[in-house]
Formats: sequence, structure tokens, C-alpha cells
Amino acid sequence: MENWKDNRLVFWVTALPGVFWLFVFFLVPLTLIWLMSFGEKTSILDIEITGTLANYARTFQAVYLKIIWKSLWISVLATAVCLAIAYPVAFGICFSPKRWRPLLLLLVILPFWINLLIRTYALIAVFRTRGTLNFTLEWLWNLAFLDKLIGPFQPLELLYNNGAVIVGLVYVFMPFMVLPLYATIERLDRSYLEASLDLGASQWRTFFSVTVPLTMPGIVSGIILVFIPMLGMFLVPDLLGGTNAIMIGNVITDQFKAANDWPFGAALSFLLMYITFAALAVRAFVDARSKGRVGV
Amino acid sequence: MSDPIVSIKGITKRFPGVIAVDDVNVDIKENEFFALLGPSGCGKTTLLRIIAGFETPTEGAILIDGEDMSVTPPNRRPVNMVFQSYAVFPHMTVSDNVAYGLKVVGTPAAEIGPRVKEALEMVQLDHLGERKPDQLSGGQRQRVALARALVKQPKVLLLDEPLSALDAKLRESMQLELARLQQTIGITFIIVTHDQDEALSMADRIAVMDKGAITQIATPEVLYEQPNSRFVADFIGKVNLFDGTVTGAQGKAVKVDVAGLGSLAIPHDSEASGKVSLAVRPEKIKLSKTKPKAGLIATSGKIADWAYYGNTSHMYIETPDDLRIAVNIQNESRDTVDHVDIGDTVWLSWRPEDTLLLAE
Repeated sequence: MENWKDNRLVFWVTALPGVFWLFVFFLVPLTLIWLMSFGEKTSILDIEITGTLANYARTFQAVYLKIIWKSLWISVLATAVCLAIAYPVAFGICFSPKRWRPLLLLLVILPFWINLLIRTYALIAVFRTRGTLNFTLEWLWNLAFLDKLIGPFQPLELLYNNGAVIVGLVYVFMPFMVLPLYATIERLDRSYLEASLDLGASQWRTFFSVTVPLTMPGIVSGIILVFIPMLGMFLVPDLLGGTNAIMIGNVITDQFKAANDWPFGAALSFLLMYITFAALAVRAFVDARSKGRVGV
Repeated sequence: MSDPIVSIKGITKRFPGVIAVDDVNVDIKENEFFALLGPSGCGKTTLLRIIAGFETPTEGAILIDGEDMSVTPPNRRPVNMVFQSYAVFPHMTVSDNVAYGLKVVGTPAAEIGPRVKEALEMVQLDHLGERKPDQLSGGQRQRVALARALVKQPKVLLLDEPLSALDAKLRESMQLELARLQQTIGITFIIVTHDQDEALSMADRIAVMDKGAITQIATPEVLYEQPNSRFVADFIGKVNLFDGTVTGAQGKAVKVDVAGLGSLAIPHDSEASGKVSLAVRPEKIKLSKTKPKAGLIATSGKIADWAYYGNTSHMYIETPDDLRIAVNIQNESRDTVDHVDIGDTVWLSWRPEDTLLLAE
């Protein structure tokens, strides 16, 4: 029988839907937005592509740079917290009895089954002044007779600040960190860890000298999968951060909606993409260099 | 006799539903090349992992160089292991792999370099120190694992099926090299293997294990020529086993009735009675076209099967009494096998002294 790979017709017929999809729903809109970032508004509805760089120049105004900078560090921090929580979780699942693993993985994925909007509103119910967390703390406060000793419990202001945004981001993106880590740790040959112990290394030394370097591919994919969408997130900062903790994603939505300034919104979006591409390029460069050194 | 370097005292290991190691007692001497031999699942690897500290025994104690190691974690034991998969760290160069075990215990940097170099020279890899493991062949990776363990100067080196992943030619040369290495550096080697050739050619003493227990501990010669049970006789090399019944004694021999062979007088040191097995190795049997002289155990039969191996031929003879007897003949001259053919009737004979009486 003829190899299907040699049959061009079969190849094109199977590849076509995917190519069509990517072209129409990804490349074309992206190009339109990209062109728009070099355009000017001529009326409420019309945009003319003039090749101006004015939109990009505007993104370098202090107010926007400050928000971009803030979005970056919030995303970095949230990614770090994600990693710090997800690594032990993934490790624990990998080293749990085999029959438990599907169930534990299911627990990690479970939040996916509920709409993001609902989950985020639920977080508001937990964190608001008269929310679950504050009620629980008050109950503990009274249980310890602190109300008699110090005075009535003062509810904590947990919502509408950077902390709330970071907690929200960590919560939403946690599965994207756990799953690639799980996939890598699960493939890790245990005899590497045993060999390290056998050679006299402590458990900690083994973790940092053997486990972490050997699971680095999972750590890097987890960081990429989590950091990039975090950077552009607008729903979580909108609901949990309010006006005090807006991120660049909120500014961009505002330009497309309230401000009706599509060219500027497009420029801001692409600035975000350029930053992401630059980060990926640096990573590829570092990767290539460490591989190149091996061959010598 | 000097004190044993490793003393295994009543070690039992139970996993849910299975006994992996069943009340094992062994003393392993200093500078000994000791082999744990047995079929897969016999508990030999579990026993090795108990010595290394990766498994905790359910019962019993391990003494290494006189010290009780039962609760000592693997990183504090004066033993090092060569893993079956080698477990050479893929993210480190060959030199870094060998240096790792010295670095983690805080060996002075000035001392690490020369010791790594010496260890790599010992396994003839000193020219590949800067390579990464994925640029090495299987045999080279194993040498790295060996150097990495030996650089720690352990009191005992543990080897878990070290040659199973190598091809036949390489395996043979590694067998010789391991034996040579053990003699030069003079430390105790404990090797786990399911390959009898490996154990016979390298080890000073072999413990044969079956279903978690040790069946016999002996030198290779004793194990092959004087196995203490049907299992050992059958597991080490090829053997013809005949069921027989003891009918009486005759001087220093025991009289045994075997269906198809008649009443045989077998030299035997101790008392025997009831049902026994007689074992004779295929290479001890002579093949002839004429009836052999008296005093030998003899029978005749037809050649049923024939496997030609170049230097030897293995033949299977079927007697009229439905015995199937394996015979190995040396192809001493180029026309040795020209004189007989499948279907020919031939005579088999062997000396009574070459027959071993095994109690059931």
C-alpha cells in the first residue's frame, strides 16, 4: 500500500482545515491589529493606516510605562508563587500510590469545569470585608477570647489591592503550572535520585543538584504557559483589583471599548507581544548557547 | 579468618502480599567478589537495595565493617552502587559526574581534580572527561558509573545487573575487566545477576537465591560440580535429571533404581533413602557407536535433535524408555559430526563418579 505521507492529496486535504483556521482566525486578525497600530483615527468609526509611529510613542508615556512595569512584576511574582506551590504538589502526586494519581490530577483540573467568571466572583465572596475568610478569622478571634482582651475583630481589607490580584492570578493559572511539572517529574528516572543519595548527597542537595536541573524543561514550560497569559489578563485585575490594581490588560480593553481608540489599543497590545517575543528569544538564545557548549 | 565486611543477619523483607527476601544470613568477606545469582523475582535486587539502604528490611540487621547500618540512610553508608540503568547524570559532564560524590561531602577542591582523573584513568575514560553522557556509548556510560562509585573509595561496591544492557562481546570483555579491577583495587564487590556465566566467571563465591531465600552459597566449582539441590543443579548450567528410588547401600555407594537405566551404584558420602534425583551434566556423557565397556552407566537411544554451536554440538537422545538425555560433544576435529546423524542409534555412557545424587 502507498504510504499516506507520499500522497500529496491526502496531505493537503487533512492539513487544509487547520491551515484555513490559523489563517482566517489568527494571522488575518493579528495582521489587521498590527496594521492598525500604525494608523490614525479620522472619525468616530474610520481609521486610516498612515504608517505613523505616534501610537507607539504614546505608549512610552510615564503613565503607561508604569502600568506595564507593574503588570510585569505582578506577573513575575504570581508566576513565582505558582511555581513554589505547584512544584511540591506535582511532586507529591508523582510519588503518591499509582491508583491515587488519576484522582489527585482530577482535583487539580477540577476548577476548569467551572467558568472563570464564576470562579472569580466566588473569590470576591471569600475575600470581601463580610466574606467567608473574614468571618472565619472573626470566629477564631472570638474563640481565643481576643475580643475580650483586645477588642472586637477588625475585618481585613483583602480585596481591591495588588495582593488580591496576585492571589487571583495564582488560583486561576495553577493547573497550567502543575500539569507540565507533573508530566516531567513523572518521567524522571528515580535511579538518578537514588544515585545522588548513594554518592553521599543529602535530600536537599539531591533536590537542587539533580531533581531541579532534570525537571527544568517542565519548569520552563510551566513558566511560559503561566506568565504570558498572566501578563495580558484583564478579568482578574478588573474584578479583584478594582481601580487600585489595574494591569496593562485593563488599559488595552479600555482603549478598544470606552476610549474607542483602536490604533492606540493595538499599539499597546503589540508592545506586550514584543516584550513576550523578546523574552522567548532570550530563552532560545540561552538554550542554544548551553547546547552549543556541549559539543566542544 | 578476618571479620566479615558485610554481615547480613536474618534479613526479611515483606511487601504487601509477597515475601521478597526470606530470612537471609550471609557473611561477605573482605576483598571478596561475591555474586547474588537467581532467576528474576528471586529477591536478589531487593537484598542489594537493602545493603545500599534504599529498602528497609522488615526484620534483621545489616552490619557493614562491624557497624550496624539498619537505620543509616544511603548517603551515610560506606558502600556505593552501580545502577542497572547506570543513572549517569545527563546534565553533567563525565568529570562532573565523577566529581559529584566528592563535592557533596565537601572534599577540598584541590583534592577532587586528581582523584577524578585517577578514577577515570582506572576505567580508561580519561580522554572523555568533558563529554556529556548522551555522547557516550552504553559501555562508556557504564564505565562512568563505575568510576563515579569507585572514586568514593567505598568499602563495598554494589553492582546491580551491571552487564545486562551490553551486547555479548562487550559483556565478555567487561566481565574480565571487572574481575581485574576488583583484584587491583582490592575492595569487596557484590554483584547481582541472573546470568550464570557472569557469576561463574567473575565471582569468588556465589549465593544462589530462589523465592527470596538462599539455596546454596559456594565457590563456582562447588556450585557446578556439587549442587545441593535440584534447583541449583538445574539453574547453574545444563543438567540431565533422573528420578530414582534408593534400594540400599553398597560400600561407599548408594544403590538407586532408575527407570530405563536399571540399578545403579552411585558414590555418595552420606545416607540416602526414598525418592532421589540423579544429575549428570551433558558434557560428562560420552557418545559412541559401539557398546561401551563395563563399569560405566550406559544406555542406547536415537538422536532426536541436534544444535550446532561451532565449538560444541548439543544433542538430544531419546531412549526406548522415553528418557530424553542431553549430550554436549566437543567438535574436536572438523569431521567430528560427520559420523552421526539425526535418527542414528548411539550409545551413551558416563562414569558413576560423575553422577550426583540429590535428595528431593
